[in-house]
Amino acid sequence: MSQSFHVPLMADLAAQGEKPDVLFWVGCAGSFDQRAQRITKAFAKILHHTGVKFAVLGLEETCTGDPARRAGNEFLYQMQALTNIATLNAYEITKIVTACPHCFNTLKNEYPELGGNYEVMHHTQLLQQLINEGRLKLKDGGAFKGKRITYHDSCYLGRANGIYEVPRQVLEALDAELVEMKRCKSRGLCCGAGGAQMFKEDEPGNKHVNMERTEDVLQSKAQVVAAACPFCNTMLTDGVKYNDKQDEVQVLDIAEIIAQAADLV
Amino acid sequence: MLQQIIFIAVLAVVGYIVWKKARQIYQSISMGKPENRTDQPEQRLKNMLLLAFGQKKMFRNLTPAFLHLCVYVAFVITQIELIEIITDGVFGVHRFFRPFLGGFYTFIISFIEVLSVLALVATLAFLSRRNLLRLPRFTMKELAGWPMKDANLILIGEIVLITGIFSMNTADMQLHQGEYGFLVSGMLMPLLSGFSETSLHVIERFGWWLHILTVFGFLLYLPYSKHLHIVLAFPNAYFADLSNTKGKMTNMPRITQEINLMLNPSAATDAPPPAENERFGAKDIQDLSWKSLLDAYACTECGRCTAACPANITGKMLSPRKIMMATRDRMEDIAKAKEQNGPDFDDGKTLLHDYITPEELRACTTCNACVEECPVSISPLNIILELRRCLILEESNSPDEWNKMFNGVESNGAVWQLPAEQRLTWIQELEQK
Repeated sequence: MSQSFHVPLMADLAAQGEKPDVLFWVGCAGSFDQRAQRITKAFAKILHHTGVKFAVLGLEETCTGDPARRAGNEFLYQMQALTNIATLNAYEITKIVTACPHCFNTLKNEYPELGGNYEVMHHTQLLQQLINEGRLKLKDGGAFKGKRITYHDSCYLGRANGIYEVPRQVLEALDAELVEMKRCKSRGLCCGAGGAQMFKEDEPGNKHVNMERTEDVLQSKAQVVAAACPFCNTMLTDGVKYNDKQDEVQVLDIAEIIAQAADLV
Repeated sequence: MLQQIIFIAVLAVVGYIVWKKARQIYQSISMGKPENRTDQPEQRLKNMLLLAFGQKKMFRNLTPAFLHLCVYVAFVITQIELIEIITDGVFGVHRFFRPFLGGFYTFIISFIEVLSVLALVATLAFLSRRNLLRLPRFTMKELAGWPMKDANLILIGEIVLITGIFSMNTADMQLHQGEYGFLVSGMLMPLLSGFSETSLHVIERFGWWLHILTVFGFLLYLPYSKHLHIVLAFPNAYFADLSNTKGKMTNMPRITQEINLMLNPSAATDAPPPAENERFGAKDIQDLSWKSLLDAYACTECGRCTAACPANITGKMLSPRKIMMATRDRMEDIAKAKEQNGPDFDDGKTLLHDYITPEELRACTTCNACVEECPVSISPLNIILELRRCLILEESNSPDEWNKMFNGVESNGAVWQLPAEQRLTWIQELEQK
């Protein structure tokens, strides 16, 4: 039951004197990366379908500065942060949801010191809330019935912010078989993208980190890897393809899984 | 009387040397930048009791946790006997506590003996884990040479210590026909049956001196060893980062100041002048927080961090444990050089480049696995990120690919060099459907 709908821009809403309940912070990956755009669309559909009054910044959104900061470029990070905070504060934003754990961590934990105080949610937290409130209903015996699914912990959601259970609880709403990889939760292995590694070649070594993690995925014999981060998604997709297993193992974001299970795609 | 004089002299010399070294370590840690870690004292105390005293995080790995617990409990409880040994030594008395405690004394010493047996078993297990089983985290390249010897030396010292206790107690039991009623040495008595009273006295004295001299040796050696953690794990857990948001990096208010000056030059007068020689990020010891320096001295080189590090697992040069070891080595080298050449001496070296290379730093994914694993709340990540800041902000030392990413963010507000208008692509696609 896919249909087109209007995605409200914050500037338009403000011009009409309206305020959204929540601002959807799309992030660079969600905006520019073709694979991640599908996650963005799936989540936007869920927001629209469940009647959450949301808006996006559109062209007024810029990088949070996370990769620059982790690379060591504090100057560029703060330029970004101060610009974004000025935009967000001008619109009197109070609540933000994002599908990127890196944006989530920066907005939630690092912007307050520079004057940006918002209630920040990761999209899995909002999904859990919508499911718990009964606003988002999954179809019985949906696309994932009986499928073997494993969840890959994002470092910036898990260890960085202590969010381990929420994404798992969202997946429990599916009638699927959830399995854990040997390294999971606080021991979860990084996908290899964090700390601005996404934007450069690996340092010399004997393996790529995403290949090491893909071995965990394959060992779990899962048919679906649920990711909660667009960068983890890219890394694991590459790893699965490299092993020529793309027909057996699907890498999907939790928002995509839930959108499919709710028949919104 | 002679023994008494020798004992007091040894005690005084050991005390002086240990005090001097402790002062140097305190001064080394004080070289670090100030950072407030004294808020929420109740929470901090709780953290110390759980992590250091209660060894909570050790229990992420059950086998080493149990073995370590044996040695740790034996070590803590044996302090009671140590107090008695020192009292006996200073005042020339024998088993000073016994008349006061009676039956309870027998219980305590027997308890210590049982714990000592457990500690002996654990020590042998530790030795075999390092030298026979050769567990991966004990055979990595940063442990080659001295660090590996350091670990083995301490374990052997442990065995000597336990040998001392049992020689002393068993000979003493034999001398008094088992009247003390100690549990384990009571069982060992047949080993010394038929020895003359003189030999038994010699064995008892030998055990006594062996034990206390090993303890003194241990004290002198501790500040140079990974075993300093038995002391510093406690303050390190107390001053740990209490937030449960490990993902938050420390802020740099001076950068905010610079940006504000840039955007609004008239505000220049409001800003406090920067401290002399203050760097952006860390190049050497004095640029790091004092807590990072305490971290380095509290590190016991167990390697749980490195074993969990994705970069290390995939063969990169980075090892979080080595980051901590290099930081401590640098502090020790500075202290040594200053002692030899005066307090203003500069050896021309820095932590960044001479001890830790950019290649190591650039392999970090900031995944926090090392921080999560550390049983005593050390953060190798803080040091890595501060050194990375120096590379970029002070030395403009950055891989080309990162420069491209920086350019993208600066010019289009995006991490890729794509036109900003493409931010709307997904919206257009959704709306056209």
